[in-house]
Amino acid sequence: MTTTSFDFDTVEVRDVSKHYGRRRALAHVSLTGRGGEILGLLGPNGAGKSTLLSVLGTLMRPTSGEVRYGGKLSHEIGDALRGRIGVLGHDLFLYGDLSARENLEFFGRLNGVAALGARVDRALEDARLTDRARERVSGFSRGLRQRLALERALIHDPRLVLLDEPFTGLDDASCTALADRLRALRASGVLILMATHDFDSADGLIDRAWCLHNGRAHLLDAPAGAESLRDRYRRALQGAQA
Amino acid sequence: MIGVLRAAWVIARKDLVVEARSRELLYTTLFFALSVVLVFSFALVRGADDLDINKAVDATLRSQMAAGILWVGIAFSGTLALGRTFERERQAETLRALLLAPIEHTAVYLGKLATLLVLMVGVELIIVPVVGFLFGAPLAASPWILIGLLGTGTLGFAAVGTLFAAMLVRAHSRDVLLPVLLYPIAIPVVLAGVRGTAAIFAPEADPATAFMWLTMLVFFDAVFVTLALWTFGPVMGE
Repeated sequence: MTTTSFDFDTVEVRDVSKHYGRRRALAHVSLTGRGGEILGLLGPNGAGKSTLLSVLGTLMRPTSGEVRYGGKLSHEIGDALRGRIGVLGHDLFLYGDLSARENLEFFGRLNGVAALGARVDRALEDARLTDRARERVSGFSRGLRQRLALERALIHDPRLVLLDEPFTGLDDASCTALADRLRALRASGVLILMATHDFDSADGLIDRAWCLHNGRAHLLDAPAGAESLRDRYRRALQGAQA
Repeated sequence: MIGVLRAAWVIARKDLVVEARSRELLYTTLFFALSVVLVFSFALVRGADDLDINKAVDATLRSQMAAGILWVGIAFSGTLALGRTFERERQAETLRALLLAPIEHTAVYLGKLATLLVLMVGVELIIVPVVGFLFGAPLAASPWILIGLLGTGTLGFAAVGTLFAAMLVRAHSRDVLLPVLLYPIAIPVVLAGVRGTAAIFAPEADPATAFMWLTMLVFFDAVFVTLALWTFGPVMGE
């Protein structure tokens, strides 16, 4: 548990656009999520998925539009909002010269996590890295670092979890473990927003998904029968390109 | 949420643990500072001896050179350390993780500043005696004022340098831009340090003049630290 008192159950993206100079990364994107959901952001490279995650993570301000957390804007909430958001980026945000335990302890302290020792022990168990807790992260494979980075993002028990390609570098068993972990988080009321290209791993995990194309978000249709996520995505992408 | 000073301490402690393991910054800055001092001393001390017009003039010149070379060593090696301080956070994009933490962004600045101060003071503990030995500078003449000059001068240089290093962390040519931006702003600090230290190293030490420069350094520190704390948050946004 963290010491912060702010909490929220819904996240609402309203007509958000983001421009980098003359280039448009997001164009009038709107979506809503509630605690206990896993939302998917799909789309080709450069579609604006990471930009949307950065806006939701308060690392970027939208050029226009607004993001509301429990009905409030980020500047109305202040620094405490970031204590309720966990981010696993494409870069893993880990210090190679620190051990797995030291990385978790460092980010736990910054987030004001109480009973830090026990929380770090649990995180190491969840990452299945207890026996390598004292090894430097620079010696870890990409998959091990990915597992540790997920626990780093969750060390403060966030309400909103933003994941950018969380299945990258994971073996089959780790993908299954990650999917189980995300289902458990969803069951505990956490809202998860995930950008991914791994349709196989995300299929059956995501409650709703959007296809981002040229900065615009298109909600994927409900599955028709046994239609796969990949097929739904392709149909949405063709519709967006038409 | 944790307070600014506690967050700064957490960040500084992490940086110092990383540095204690790699010793990359300490060794490179120390080696560079010693090289600067040795090169200048071999080039200039002999030149001053060759002058030998008047022993008093020679001694005064020597004390001024000692002060100048000491501060050149501090400034150059400090610039080297400044660039690497934020480079480490850039490598795995951990700077974004720091900015995502529920702490005031000024804590990141204060943590980096504290790390840099520890590093620069460590280098000064070595090069000040070396300068004293090579130039025969009277380090014990006014030790507290000398410590004050070094402390305030280092703080002023590091305060403005840390801000510029943070500003340039995403710039492609940051290694070139850092000294170009830093030195014009930091010149008052270096000049005050040189003049104050020269007043102490002089054959007839002048503590009153040195104290006047020390007071000026305290003023510079107040201005630079205030401005840096004020601007760091907006600088780190996006």
